[in-house]
Amino acid sequence: MSVQLRRYHAAVWDEPLVMEMGVQGRRGCHFPAAEADVAASSGPAEALVPQSMRRSSGPELPEMSEPDVLRHYLHLSQQTLGMMGISLFGTCTMKYNPRLTESLAARPWIADLHPGQDPSTLQGILEIAHNLDGLLCELSGMDQFTFQPAGGADAAYAHACLTRAYHAARGELEQRNQIVTSIQAHPCNPATSAAAGFEVVTLMLEPDGYPSLDALKAAVSKRTAALMINNPDDMGIYNPNIREWIDVVHDAGGLCFYDHANFNGVMSKVRARELGFDACMFMLHKTFGVAKGGGGPAVGAYGCTAELARYLPGPIVRKTGDRFDLVDDSPSSIGRVREYWGNVHQLAKAYAWTRAMGAEGIAEASDMSVLINNYMERELLKIRGITRSHPDIGSWRMEMTRFSLGQLYEDTGVSVLDVQNRMVDFGVDAFWLSHEPWVVPQPFTPEAGEMWSKEDVDYWIAVLRQISDEAYSDPETVKSAPHNQAIHKLGPESLDDPDRWAMTWRAYKRKQS
Amino acid sequence: MERPRAHPYMPNSVPAVRRQLLAALGIDSVETLFSQIPGDHRLRKPLELPPALTSESELRRHMSDLLSKNRSCEDALSFLGGGCWHHHVPAICDEIVQRSEFLTPVWGTPASDLGRNQAWFEFTSQLGELVGMELVALPVYSWGCAAGHAIRMAARITGRSKVLVPQFLDPERSAVIRNYCEPTEMSSHIEIVQVGYDPDTLLLDLTDLKGKLNDEVAAVYFENPTYLGQIEHQAESIAEAARACGAETIAGVDPISLGILKPPGQYGADLAVGSIQPLGIHMNGGGGLGGFIASRDEPRYAYEYPALMVSIAETTHGEYGFGLALAHQSSYGMREEGKDWTGNSTYLWAIAAAAYMALLGPAGFREMGELIIQRAHYCASLLDGIDGVRVHAKRGFFKEFVVNFDDAGKRVADIDAALLRRDIFGGIDLSEAFPQLGQSALYCVTERHTQADIRRLADTLAEVCGT
Repeated sequence: MSVQLRRYHAAVWDEPLVMEMGVQGRRGCHFPAAEADVAASSGPAEALVPQSMRRSSGPELPEMSEPDVLRHYLHLSQQTLGMMGISLFGTCTMKYNPRLTESLAARPWIADLHPGQDPSTLQGILEIAHNLDGLLCELSGMDQFTFQPAGGADAAYAHACLTRAYHAARGELEQRNQIVTSIQAHPCNPATSAAAGFEVVTLMLEPDGYPSLDALKAAVSKRTAALMINNPDDMGIYNPNIREWIDVVHDAGGLCFYDHANFNGVMSKVRARELGFDACMFMLHKTFGVAKGGGGPAVGAYGCTAELARYLPGPIVRKTGDRFDLVDDSPSSIGRVREYWGNVHQLAKAYAWTRAMGAEGIAEASDMSVLINNYMERELLKIRGITRSHPDIGSWRMEMTRFSLGQLYEDTGVSVLDVQNRMVDFGVDAFWLSHEPWVVPQPFTPEAGEMWSKEDVDYWIAVLRQISDEAYSDPETVKSAPHNQAIHKLGPESLDDPDRWAMTWRAYKRKQS
Repeated sequence: MERPRAHPYMPNSVPAVRRQLLAALGIDSVETLFSQIPGDHRLRKPLELPPALTSESELRRHMSDLLSKNRSCEDALSFLGGGCWHHHVPAICDEIVQRSEFLTPVWGTPASDLGRNQAWFEFTSQLGELVGMELVALPVYSWGCAAGHAIRMAARITGRSKVLVPQFLDPERSAVIRNYCEPTEMSSHIEIVQVGYDPDTLLLDLTDLKGKLNDEVAAVYFENPTYLGQIEHQAESIAEAARACGAETIAGVDPISLGILKPPGQYGADLAVGSIQPLGIHMNGGGGLGGFIASRDEPRYAYEYPALMVSIAETTHGEYGFGLALAHQSSYGMREEGKDWTGNSTYLWAIAAAAYMALLGPAGFREMGELIIQRAHYCASLLDGIDGVRVHAKRGFFKEFVVNFDDAGKRVADIDAALLRRDIFGGIDLSEAFPQLGQSALYCVTERHTQADIRRLADTLAEVCGT
């Protein structure tokens, strides 16, 4: 297989910071002056602000004309590689974000809705949310979803809050102050548990690639409030004992939460409810085709059983006859994890994606993501310096495989960070390494999903092969990468030094002077 | 399973490609690859989903049929605010956030996603100028979440576990803050103590505040303008009283007011939080929210931020670059030992806000602030002149104010329903959350409301209240 590597080079605009741009007196937009009657009635604006609260000098913002602002941000967009090339950023399920719904969501019928409008004026978006709820219930077996959590981590937080309410209602919250998770669970599970006030019990991996049932039994007790776990994990390994796990936790009185971050490989294959879970979470900005926006706005759709539904954050969409309402009448509700009822524009996109795929399309996407991952794994393991986690586990992996460049690093001194910096020289987005802590040295985790063509994946593999060849023949080329980008790699660490970090331009100017 | 035609979103759904991949693995069926999953875990029936709409034209029709049932704030005349506001969104903000490069990426490297990282830094830098603070993090989910995190930061900084908050607080934000402060059963519970108000001005009662301040208080949280719209002119005294007790001062502010209102950094706030939604982001039914956290640039604060922080940094060749500062203290770096948690947030909106602040500049923020405050006062005085309608605290607010209908003998719910029939979205009904205000509503006037719009509201209210 021969793949021609592209002669990619990033756009180089040498674009100044916006804070350095502009000329005093330039304007990027006007607002009208108050009408004569208005001004006559209100008096001068300044007099309306109590003296102690008046701003004495204007903010030091740039003064730019409208086209200059546009061109500046267009230049910055062109200096963003992102998904313009190939992005197999594992654990994030990079997939196509249909532009139809982007254009529909930009119109006033979504963009200019206020969350406090009377539900009679929101019937379209409420029906969409209601329908999406139904689709997600079918995919998970759960009874009710909330869309309030504004990301996957926020859904984990919602679960931790719901766990508090559930045990508090039984008078057991003080006793049940532990949440059990695994070292391979996404960091948001232990982190939100702790932020909700729980102690975290973390199970370590055993040779099979997941913690043992015995370790779980030893960890679970009358203090157990919940289990928060994903399956398969980011190494592509599915815990076959998950049903027994859930039984153990349920027998001890705890709730079981399925972090479905890795849903792409199992959608239509398993359902959270039938496995025994009480609640689960889908990331609409990953699995359901909603754009990531570089990190949100996102939705962690959180679904649970009818028994737990009373604790959900409100408001919830409910259908009565032909009418849809926002209902917030449960006295047991945990209230809010964020204001209002969700990133509703993203619900329309996720709903449209699910309708475009249908049951067959979703099953096929899951097939495709597992198929292409195993194809990719087979090819990557032919490349010098690349190994995979748990090499002795012979089974096919799910939609991801955790690889290691430990061998490459030992042989050549080239690290995964160096490889990331070199990949982008070929128009390929840097791969994801691994969440902390690393369970293999120099890890990386690609995920091809259903969007990327075989040609894309072959190109991506060819880039890694090229970099491996360079690492063994000319490691400096890799270590000094990138070479085809607008800037070089960041210099020696300054970002943790209080005298040098600068999170704003004004801090930078002060520290430079 | 092979489909008769390839799905438009799935390039490998061509049967020949699928067979090629299977052949490369030496297997006949993709089912082989799922051998890790025990048979009794498998769903044994096909999913029951409605038929796929694989053609864009069909899907568009379906979505349009649904969405056309909505009536937006462009269709009607809206006076809703209270945490999500119908400000003007410049066309350039829409253009920029719809750019595929900004719309779709996930993370990248400092070099390959330089442009987006620079836009983020321009967001924090410009917001820093508005609030008068040197440390601004990437945004969190919302104002309520920002306030919740800031309160938790203050509790960690001071080692104390009580927060004073105003009695008049948006019920939505308040409910978020309650979760962040944890129930009493948790060992890290933060007690929320409400501070009373002056019945005439609706501002914080300083005497009550001082009576409740002691060495157990981690922070005083107040808003400026307040939830009810008033400009909290006692800000400096509040911060001073808090400081005297060793408590942190957290100010919740509306960034769009800061062209004419004093920035929180200048009246003694240690931390500032607020919403970025007014800064060039459509309401999106609540999907336009984003929250910011800002503070002085001191390690004491920096070491407690849960949100990601982007710092300017030099490359090996002396170019500007941008990287994450103090990344190890986030939940990504330290799991449960990290500061609260972080994850996907509202970073696309930070870019809209960056473009917005650059478009407005100092003159734009001043002009808009002046326009809003004048039109809001004009509206208040017109409404106050209607029989049965009374504006509570007739001056001293920014864009929102409380309108009371007790003398009209009508419930806000009935008035809002009558307005709705006349294509007006009336103000937020306060009567349930704040019964002490009687039948009152929170009206919001922005730069979008013309004199004619305001007259139309006044005429309609006169009609509705008179019947």
